[in-house]
Amino acid sequence: MLSAAVSILFDGLAYAMILFIIAVGLSITMGLLNFVNLAHGVFAMAGGYATVTMMRAWEVPFLAALPIAFVVVGAASIVFERLLYAPLYRRSELDQVLMTIGFVFMAIAAFTYFWGPNPLGIEVPRYLKGQVDLGLREFPAYRLFMIAVGFGMILALWLVFERTLLGARIRAAVDNRRMAQSLGIDVGRLFTLTFAVGGGLAAVGGGLAVELIGLRPIFAIQYLVLFLIVVAVGGLGSIWGAFLAALLLGIIDTAGKYVWPAGGGFFIYAITVAALLIKPEGLYGKRD
Amino acid sequence: MTALALETRDLHKRFGGLEVVRNLSFNLAPGARHALIGPNGAGKTTFVNLVAGVLAPSHGTILLHGRDITGLAQAARVKRGIVRTFQISQLFRNLSVLENVALAIAERDGIARVLWRGLAAFPTIVDEAMALLAGLELAADAATAIRALAYGRQRLVEIAIALALAPSVLLLDEPAAGIPSAESHVILAALDRLPPAIAVLIIDHDMSVVFRFARRITVLAGGVALAEGTPAEIAADPRVRAAYLGESILPDGVGR
Amino acid sequence: MASAIEPAAAAVPRLGRARWHWAEALPWLVLAAVPFVLPGYLALGCQVIVMILFALSLDLILGYAGIITLGHAALFGTGAYAAGMLSAHLGWNEPITGLVVAGAAAAAVGFVSGWFLLRYHGLALLMLTLATAILLQELANTLAPYTGGYDGLLGIAIDPIFGRFANDLFRQNYYVYGLIVLFAAFMVARRIVASPFGQSLVGIRENVKRMHAIGAPVHGRLVAIYTIAAAMAGVAGGLFAQIHAFVTLQVMGFQLSGAVLIVVVLGGAGRLYGAFIGAAIYVILEDQLAKLSPEFWEFGVGLVLVATVMFARRGLLGIAEDLTAWLGRRAP
Repeated sequence: MLSAAVSILFDGLAYAMILFIIAVGLSITMGLLNFVNLAHGVFAMAGGYATVTMMRAWEVPFLAALPIAFVVVGAASIVFERLLYAPLYRRSELDQVLMTIGFVFMAIAAFTYFWGPNPLGIEVPRYLKGQVDLGLREFPAYRLFMIAVGFGMILALWLVFERTLLGARIRAAVDNRRMAQSLGIDVGRLFTLTFAVGGGLAAVGGGLAVELIGLRPIFAIQYLVLFLIVVAVGGLGSIWGAFLAALLLGIIDTAGKYVWPAGGGFFIYAITVAALLIKPEGLYGKRD
Repeated sequence: MTALALETRDLHKRFGGLEVVRNLSFNLAPGARHALIGPNGAGKTTFVNLVAGVLAPSHGTILLHGRDITGLAQAARVKRGIVRTFQISQLFRNLSVLENVALAIAERDGIARVLWRGLAAFPTIVDEAMALLAGLELAADAATAIRALAYGRQRLVEIAIALALAPSVLLLDEPAAGIPSAESHVILAALDRLPPAIAVLIIDHDMSVVFRFARRITVLAGGVALAEGTPAEIAADPRVRAAYLGESILPDGVGR
Repeated sequence: MASAIEPAAAAVPRLGRARWHWAEALPWLVLAAVPFVLPGYLALGCQVIVMILFALSLDLILGYAGIITLGHAALFGTGAYAAGMLSAHLGWNEPITGLVVAGAAAAAVGFVSGWFLLRYHGLALLMLTLATAILLQELANTLAPYTGGYDGLLGIAIDPIFGRFANDLFRQNYYVYGLIVLFAAFMVARRIVASPFGQSLVGIRENVKRMHAIGAPVHGRLVAIYTIAAAMAGVAGGLFAQIHAFVTLQVMGFQLSGAVLIVVVLGGAGRLYGAFIGAAIYVILEDQLAKLSPEFWEFGVGLVLVATVMFARRGLLGIAEDLTAWLGRRAP
């Protein structure tokens, strides 16, 4: 019984890390510019495909492929943002939703065309396979790795946000954009930078996720809902909120599926509805 | 003594640690022409929002014609006769002036609930709207969309909508805001012609408007009523001058 | 006084357009002509009619009331499953009452969910509609013994309409049946939209702050139109179940919610007839292109959506309106 609980917590935590790493960029960019970007999952998907391609076609080692994916997708997202998204910032919410859904469809179609609709996988390096003995129990090495990366990410993000000038500027702009602008903060450039980092992070998350949940073009929509839930439940613009929401959802989803395999996927959505009904601005979001 | 049109008792509003309106007890007599003035941040707009029902008070009561409306939502208060205008015009920009006013009349009479008959089945709405517009010299613009209308005339439409709701208490939040002073006489003329039975509370910074229009003035500063009285009394009150940091707030020739 | 009003009275604009405009006859003539002109395409025609009805229901809440929902398929699906299960499990095969049940079931779901959800707006509402729809889909999956789950609901057998018109291989009777249902639903929608209630929905969409300030019971209005639209979507779903005699979880899926959103925006939201144009184009193109290359179809859909929002925000009908206005100005 206890063993089952530990397994659930552990697996849930690993899953939560993926959700967090992918969704955190979305939370910050949405908090920063109130822009509903439903195409965020495309960056995660692109990261997954970049990782797979690098490892298969060019035999790039896994641990090198991830940072390269970060850079490549991050750079691509800058282009994306300047060309396609910038005209959308003044448009209504519905317009943003529709446009970004359109981008998702186009991206999915493009990826299907070039990589095919079938799931792709990777060969994880030997040192990340198998189990690791942590004294009381053995845990799957790969999931441990993911959790470690996740915590590393959180620490790095926390350091940047709380301890650097850049982080302070971002927090200020999320809190009150006009005020920040009148203080001389270049919100436009801040946003492009944040967008790039968010996209890059999503790519890393996507690369990490291949081993855990596979990779197919439909990934961008299939998991979109989960990323949006993490952002909405956590509150726009909050790293801490995104983490807590990811944790909540990751563990509940894992527990739900463990306890009730047929209908367990249900719980995440019920919790989401309940959470948003109680606190529509999210756990750490700003009140409207 | 006739019953008060509007009364607040110990009205208090706190935002986190900030107390914006502090234990404010305020009276408005029927048919009043009352102005609420005060420096920026004094709590005037918050007060209007509290009375209108947009904000819920932290504590205190609001009475309309002697009946407690503190728990009522904004729409319910409108039905009871308390109507406000907005400092920044809140109109239906893509609809015509006539449609804006007609919507208000339809709501007032409960016609807006009807979903089975066309608007054309209610010609009295149009007639009444046109009469109202004529009274405010807006009849010529009846078919014009709001977004094509000069801002000064948009402010008049704000007033037209408020009057269309047949209020007994009218809260005017800076009715001349955003209009160059050269054109504000149109608004002032409209204010002069407001039906005498309506109790009117006007919030404004423009002292020429305030001193011309009001028979009583309340000065709000830091969420409390600093002073209340006739225009002459307020103009002579040293505390009021201090609250405005020594600026000359008085139009020439008033007071002293 | 009289003279001040009378000249103005001559210029009083008529409010609400309850009178029929001659151009409105066109889509109905086209739809009525299909059994004669294109008898081999009636099955496709049935799909178009179902989508038009579904899109009409979304236009009422999106185009008129401004409610953005990513989960409208949940209501369609509820109707589909209600009509399907009525036949497959309870053996009640009368088609018209089947549609009534479908509409009622969807209306109930719409009323309850709308009552909670419509207190919110923006991202919260978007997420709530999405999550609620997925929740209902998961529920349908969990209730597999009743709904058929992933395998789908089989065993739906509908009696001939009025005991005479059976669902034949070429779908002619069902096309006419669907067209009549569509017409009836459209008449209801049109009446609502031209009424004071309909105008108040536009008010809510345009400036909700102002609506509160004129005493409008905004939440009640939104729940009312949401429930009516839900009933309509449910009828569309019921029609779908009766025509195809097969219901899968797709009827509640995000893909369908997205598709109907695209249909309404492409045709032109807030214009009722936009649903006709958008649905016809979407269903026909999907039928032709998706077979050739699913990727190109999906890419095309995305591209059209992006292009519509960027360049033709008011949809095809919006373009048509601009064109007629421009031609009107050019005429001597």
